[in-house]
Amino acid sequence: MAELLGFPPQVLFGQLLIGLINGSFYALLSLGLAIIFGLLNIINFAHGAQYMLGAFVAWLGLKFLGVNYWAALVLAPVVVAAIGIVIEKTMLRRLYKEDHLYGLLLTFGLALIIEGSFTHFFGVSGQPYSVPAALSGGNNLGFMFLPTYRAWIIVASLIICFGTWYMIERTKLGAYLRAGTENPQLLQAFGINVPLLITLTYGYGVALAAFAGVLAAPIYSVSPVMGSNLLIVVFAVVVIGGMGSIAGAIVTGLLMGLIEGLTKVFYPEASTTVIFLVMIIVLLIRPAGLFGKEA
Amino acid sequence: MTTQALKSATKGKTMNKTKLSFLVLLLIGLVAPYAIYPVFLMKLLCFSLFACAFNLMLGYGGLLSFGHAAFLATGGYITGHTIMQWGLTPELGVLFGTLCAAAMGFLFGKLAIRRQGIYFAMITLALSQLVFFLYVQAPFTGGENGLQGIPRGKLFGLFSLEDNLPMYYFVLAVFVIGFAIIYRTIHSPFGQILKAIRENEPRAVSLGYDVTKFKLVAFVISAGLAGLAGSTKSLVFQLASLTDAHWHMSGEVILMTLLGGVGTIFGPIVGAATVVTLQNYLSQGPLSSWVPVILGLIFVICVLLFRSGIVGEIQKFMKKNFN
Repeated sequence: MAELLGFPPQVLFGQLLIGLINGSFYALLSLGLAIIFGLLNIINFAHGAQYMLGAFVAWLGLKFLGVNYWAALVLAPVVVAAIGIVIEKTMLRRLYKEDHLYGLLLTFGLALIIEGSFTHFFGVSGQPYSVPAALSGGNNLGFMFLPTYRAWIIVASLIICFGTWYMIERTKLGAYLRAGTENPQLLQAFGINVPLLITLTYGYGVALAAFAGVLAAPIYSVSPVMGSNLLIVVFAVVVIGGMGSIAGAIVTGLLMGLIEGLTKVFYPEASTTVIFLVMIIVLLIRPAGLFGKEA
Repeated sequence: MTTQALKSATKGKTMNKTKLSFLVLLLIGLVAPYAIYPVFLMKLLCFSLFACAFNLMLGYGGLLSFGHAAFLATGGYITGHTIMQWGLTPELGVLFGTLCAAAMGFLFGKLAIRRQGIYFAMITLALSQLVFFLYVQAPFTGGENGLQGIPRGKLFGLFSLEDNLPMYYFVLAVFVIGFAIIYRTIHSPFGQILKAIRENEPRAVSLGYDVTKFKLVAFVISAGLAGLAGSTKSLVFQLASLTDAHWHMSGEVILMTLLGGVGTIFGPIVGAATVVTLQNYLSQGPLSSWVPVILGLIFVICVLLFRSGIVGEIQKFMKKNFN
C-alpha cells in the first residue's frame, strides 16, 4: 500500500488508534475530575489512585473470587465508589468550609497512602490481566489491524462519556447537579438534599475513574503506580480544556490522545511532553482553557 | 494613636523574639556538627531552605506550587554540570544553579500566574512534569544515572570543601543567607503587599497594585532559593539525580511546610527537620517500604486535625496561655 505522509499507513493508523485509546482514558478521567470539581470545588488528587484501585479490584476479584471481566466492569466501580463515599463522608466533608487547597492536599495524602500500601503488598511490577475471550482477536481492516479489545475500549468509554453528558445536561438529576454547581445554598432552599447530592457526585466521579481502571487492566499491566503519572497528564488536559463544560472535557481528552499519537509518529522524542507543550500554548493564548469561561 | 503605639511596641517585641530565636538556632547550628553527623545536618539544612523557599509562595503569597521539585533539580543539575564540565569553583557553580532555577521560575510564573488557586497547582505540577521528562532525555543530566561524583572543589579556589566539617559551615552560611533573604522579603513593604494580595486580591488590585507582577517576583525569589537549596545539596551528596525532579519531591516539600506550619517563619524548618529525620530513621528499619504511606498519613492528619502545623499550634497555645 502507498505511503501516507511519508509513513506506512499501518504505523500511522496504529499510533492514531493508540492515541484514541489514551484519549478515551483522558476523557473518562478528566470527566470525573470536572464533575467532582464542579460541585465540590476540589481537585481530586486521589483520582489516579482510584483508577488504579478499579484495576486492582478487577484483578483481585478474578484471582481470588473468580469474578469475570464483565462482572468486574460493574462491580469494581461500585466497590471503589463505596470507598470514595466513605472518604467523602468522613474526611472531605470537614473541609468544605476551608480553603479549597486543603481538599487537594487531603486527597494527595490519600493517594500516597493507597499507592504506598499497594506497592508494599504487590510491588511496582505489573500484574497481567487477560483480555476476556469474547473480545480477543481482531479484524484486518485492510489498511490496519484492529484488535477487538482496543475497539471495545473506545466504544465503551464513548458510551459512558455520552451517557454522563446526557445525564448531566438533559435529565432532572443533572439539572439539580448543575444548579448545585451554580448556587448550592439556593438549591438547598428549594428542598434538595445537597449534602447527599455532593456525596453521590463524588461517588460517581470516583466510579468513572474505577471504570477506566478496569478498561485499562487488560492492555496496561495492573500496577500500583499506573495511575499517578497518568493523572498528571490528565491535569494538563483539564487545564487545556477548562473545567467549565462536560462536553469540553470529553472532546479535549480525545483530542489530546490523538495529538499524542500523532507525535509518536512524527517526532517520538516529544511524545511524553507534547500535551504539556499544548497546555503552555493554550495558557498563552486562552488562559481560561479551550472550553472554559473567562473568570 | 496609643493603640498604634501599642501595636508597634508588640510588633517590636515579636520581631525581637524572632531575632532571638534565630540567634539561638544559629548558635545551635554552629556547634551541632560536633554532636550530630554533619552530612545528616547538611541534608537537613538543604531541605529546610527548600521548604522555607516554598513557604514564601504558599504561606505569604497564598499560591500552592506543586512544581518546586523542578527548581530543586535544576539547581542541582546546573551546579553539577558547570562544576564538572566547565570547572567552575563551588560558589560560582551554586550561583549559576540558583540563577538558572530563578530563570525557570520566571517562565513557570509567567504561565501559571495566569490562573489561580487549584489551577495554579495543576499548572505548576504539569510544568514540572514536563521538566522531569526533559531531564530524562537531555544529554547533560546523565539520564537515569544522574550526575555522579560531582567534586566539592575549593571554595573561591582556596578552601577545600572535601572534608565534611568545612562543607558543613559552607552549607550553614548558604542557609543563613537564604533565610535572611526570605526574612527580609517577608518583612518588607513588598512582603506586606504580598500578604494583602493573599488576603484579598480584588482589594489589592483596586488599591492600584500590579498583582501579577508581585506574584511573579515572589515566585522567582522562591524558585531561585529552591534552586539554591538544590545546588547546595548536589555539592553535599556529590550527586544530582532524577529523584529531585520527581513530583514526589514537590509533594514532600508541601508536607514539610504543612507539618511545620504554613506562613510561619520557623515552621518549614521544623517540618523539614521532622520529615527528614523520620525518613532517615524509617528507611533503615523494617518499616522502610511503608515510608510513603506514613507520609500520606501525616498529610491526612495535618489537613484534618491541625492545619496550623507544629509551629502554628505552639504559637496558638502561647497566645492563649501567656497573653
